[in-house]
Amino acid sequence: MSSITDVAPVAATRTPEGRPRRTRKPRSGPLLGLLAWVIGFLFVVPVLWMVLTSFHSEEDAATNPPSLAAPLTLEGYREFFGVGTGTNPWPSLLNSLTASVVSTVIVLLLALPAAYALSIKPVRKWSDVLFFFLSTRMLPIVAGLLPIYLFAQWSGLLDNIWLLIVLYTAMNLPIAVWMMRSFLAEVPVEMLEAAQMDGAGLLRTLRAVVAPVVLPGIAATSLICFIFSWNELLLARTLTGTVAQTAPVYLTGFVTSQGLFLAQVCAAAFAVSLPVLIAGFAAQDKLVQGLSLGAVK
Amino acid sequence: MSTTLETSRGRGQQPPTPPTPPPPPPPGGALRRTSDWARRAPLLPALVFTIVVTQLPFVVTLVVSFMDWNAYYPDERGFTGFSNYASVLTDVNMREAILTTVILTVVVVLVSLLLGLGVALLLDRRFRGRGVVRTMMITPFLIVPVAAALLWKHALFNPEYGLLNGTLNGIWRLFGSDDAPQPDWITAAPLVSVEVALIWQWTPFMMLILLAGLQSRPLDVIEAARLDGASTWQIFRYMTLPHLRRYLELGALLGSIYIVQNFDAVFTITSGGLGTANLPYVIYQTFYQAHDYGRASAAGVVVVIGTIVIATLALRTVSTLFQEENAR
Repeated sequence: MSSITDVAPVAATRTPEGRPRRTRKPRSGPLLGLLAWVIGFLFVVPVLWMVLTSFHSEEDAATNPPSLAAPLTLEGYREFFGVGTGTNPWPSLLNSLTASVVSTVIVLLLALPAAYALSIKPVRKWSDVLFFFLSTRMLPIVAGLLPIYLFAQWSGLLDNIWLLIVLYTAMNLPIAVWMMRSFLAEVPVEMLEAAQMDGAGLLRTLRAVVAPVVLPGIAATSLICFIFSWNELLLARTLTGTVAQTAPVYLTGFVTSQGLFLAQVCAAAFAVSLPVLIAGFAAQDKLVQGLSLGAVK
Repeated sequence: MSTTLETSRGRGQQPPTPPTPPPPPPPGGALRRTSDWARRAPLLPALVFTIVVTQLPFVVTLVVSFMDWNAYYPDERGFTGFSNYASVLTDVNMREAILTTVILTVVVVLVSLLLGLGVALLLDRRFRGRGVVRTMMITPFLIVPVAAALLWKHALFNPEYGLLNGTLNGIWRLFGSDDAPQPDWITAAPLVSVEVALIWQWTPFMMLILLAGLQSRPLDVIEAARLDGASTWQIFRYMTLPHLRRYLELGALLGSIYIVQNFDAVFTITSGGLGTANLPYVIYQTFYQAHDYGRASAAGVVVVIGTIVIATLALRTVSTLFQEENAR
């Protein structure tokens, strides 16, 4: 790359008047644009199909070839939410909500001070600490599962939502520390010092200087931690039973289903995914930063 | 690309350059130690929590992996040396699980990386509705993994009324034929079915990382090259691809770390049957159903050893990107 870079004439980056030239992305030919649309459509079709089927009756859902224009009904959702069938997904949805929200709050409480100590007033060897956090996220959960299970059995925490909360906190802490650190690193230190010299109190400094830069970052971090906790299956499946089971564990009840149930499965899949879809689209811009553990901005 | 001037200016904006160790003041040693601890204090809760919850279990796993411990035979508990490892590496099921894990990971990572690269390149250009296509591409990643696996298993792969066979039937009917092929996808190609579902979910992840990489390219330099008469292929081959290398590595490594651990898709789509049981699934079964704690632990250690290799490479890539970001 450097060979080409060195050869490139510097003048091209400026207009003749010396202003920086505004560079624009090349426009696609119509064919490439169409190709992008086709691929995007293919990727979204399963989701559209899931949503459409969830609003069909079980009979219309099980036709071949598919009946796209069948009348819409809430039958699938009524079945999933247990109207007349006796099943009740609400406890598991509430468990998922509790586990995701509470663990996210604890993650923020732990990650914010840690990120502060890794960026604004950094400890010595701060980058080693940062990479230690990252390495814990890379170790497979399944390898620590047995001791956690035995501990839960011994301490009576099996089937207790608080155990999941603690584990989800540990699972998301590295991501949160990395993301929060990169957001805090954008806080202008000169302004912090200036505010302090002008005699602004800690609260005022936080509100006027730190918050505007950091709040969007905190929001994105929370949403991403929420998604990871909401999605988690292996720990929940192993460590919870009837009381503390989460929504993904509830969904595994559909794995071996037989008969006319497709609309209900689709309703269930869509209902459980809806919070993640909302959170994900809300955090769209920061999504890649969270998924790459803060390595890509 | 970045001159020394830019680098030093960038440094000024980035606070977290390693703290210049305060000049060791001969009389103030105690003072410095106090201020060191004041700096460390906000870090300690997170650090201690992480060590206790994530590192301790691994130590226990390591110890148990050298023990003969089956919950069904509590009296026979004791240390046995390497016999668990021997049985993990000689047992047919375990060996198959290791192989399945490797195949599953390699296929899913490579295919979704290539697809992701293609889509990212398409999305890096301007065209009508680019934002909509980007949103459509991200959607698969925002379906809860279990729900996505259920969707593929029941609504798409199902031989009687799944969308795949339904579409085949629809197309055949269009041409007046009634005997469209109606394969039973999961039975015919179980591992491929799991792979397809995973590729569908992970391509958006790769695309997002690669798109971020593409957008961090120095556009002015590329335009300069174009003005100098470089062809689109030359620009891609000699400028874009080298720039993307780190992002490709990052996507591959992070993808591997996540997919080696995959449990949801295997559990849901095939329940580990038909030769699709990967290591996480087998470990789950070994300790959750067979209660063979020693062997499950040994298999867990094997997974960790495999992951450490990938993780070390991943950490190195992240570290390079991290230094570039900080120097910018």
